[in-house]
Amino acid sequence: MANIKELTKKNEPLSGGHRACAGCAAPVVVRQALLASDKPVVVGSATGCLEVTTTIFPYTAWNVPFIHNAFENSAANVSGVETAYRALKKRGSFDKEVNFIAFGGDGGTYDIGLQSLSGAMERGHRMLYICYDNGAYMNTGIQRSSATPFGANTTTSPAGKKIPGKTQFKKDLTKIIAAHNVPYVAQASVGYWNDFITKVQKALATDGPSFINVLSPCRLGWGFPPEETMEIARQAVACRIWPLYEVINGTWKITFQPKEVTSPLDWMKKQTRFRHVFQPGNESILQKVEEQVEKEWQELLRQCGQA
Amino acid sequence: MSDPGYKELPKGGLILEGGTAAKYETGDWRSQRPVFIQENCINCSFCWIFCPDSSIIINDGKVSGIDYKHCKGCGICAFECPAKKKAIIMKSEAEIEG
Repeated sequence: MANIKELTKKNEPLSGGHRACAGCAAPVVVRQALLASDKPVVVGSATGCLEVTTTIFPYTAWNVPFIHNAFENSAANVSGVETAYRALKKRGSFDKEVNFIAFGGDGGTYDIGLQSLSGAMERGHRMLYICYDNGAYMNTGIQRSSATPFGANTTTSPAGKKIPGKTQFKKDLTKIIAAHNVPYVAQASVGYWNDFITKVQKALATDGPSFINVLSPCRLGWGFPPEETMEIARQAVACRIWPLYEVINGTWKITFQPKEVTSPLDWMKKQTRFRHVFQPGNESILQKVEEQVEKEWQELLRQCGQA
Repeated sequence: MSDPGYKELPKGGLILEGGTAAKYETGDWRSQRPVFIQENCINCSFCWIFCPDSSIIINDGKVSGIDYKHCKGCGICAFECPAKKKAIIMKSEAEIEG
């Protein structure tokens, strides 16, 4: 558990003046994650909204060492830095304790950076990879990614007369990384700051690779008022479309049980990217969503030994 | 803010100092202004932990104001404020400036 009073005493990890949209969740993900570290942090970030909005040359919003890399190699890049660090330490030319964190959006993680992430996880580097999942390529103007949910309208899965938005379900990346048998994997939501910060603390205390997939609502791409960003992030948990859980050395555990379980359709209604699915004739899409959410929840309960 | 020329910039795309984005004032994007009401504040710091623009000013664990140079006016702070009488309310910039 994180103590917010203690956190407020820390140095601000990310300055204002970055160009993320008003109400963007990604800078909040970064602030919460970096506040969780008690050691100096080295950060790398894949190309994406986060990187382009925080590091507009010659300015940077980061108050920690930051490496800008390409779309596909955030994990490879940071794993290399971690290796150099271990080599320097072994030689005795560096003795500080440092944490290594790689950030990537869903495009740079689910799709383009999956190979380098898989490699870094498999090689066992002592690093944390945080995917801020906003469910599409938001930076380039809302193109579908494999993290875009079923039925969502994006510019490359446009909702029209023939095709009702994205026709595929979201890839379950958290489970893919859990299948790498790394010591710490978790799914978090930026709206539950304490749960997320606690997970980052656990991940950084892990002697080995760790991965956290954090839901990061995009007010522009999802279509909701900017002040509701955190509320949308919490409602995704309440409707079980984004359950909060962690996998520690192969043991699955649900870390947060919503008091009141809502319907995923209530969550979807608040977002304009799903507006078309509530029109007459699209009832089968709603049914498919509900069935899929229930199926995945039962599967998660089974993995947690609760079913 | 005047941009440096190529002779002044470090080579290789390096940025030698952290947090320099603060020199760019995103506060002028704002159409809604969060107004802090000290006596309603219960010091939960939720506005601070959820602010995307690091614009809630905290001193000794207590919110003391808002950084209007960088606040984009998203309204998350006012929305998240759990106090019965909100300690942050949103007001239209147009009305304030008259």
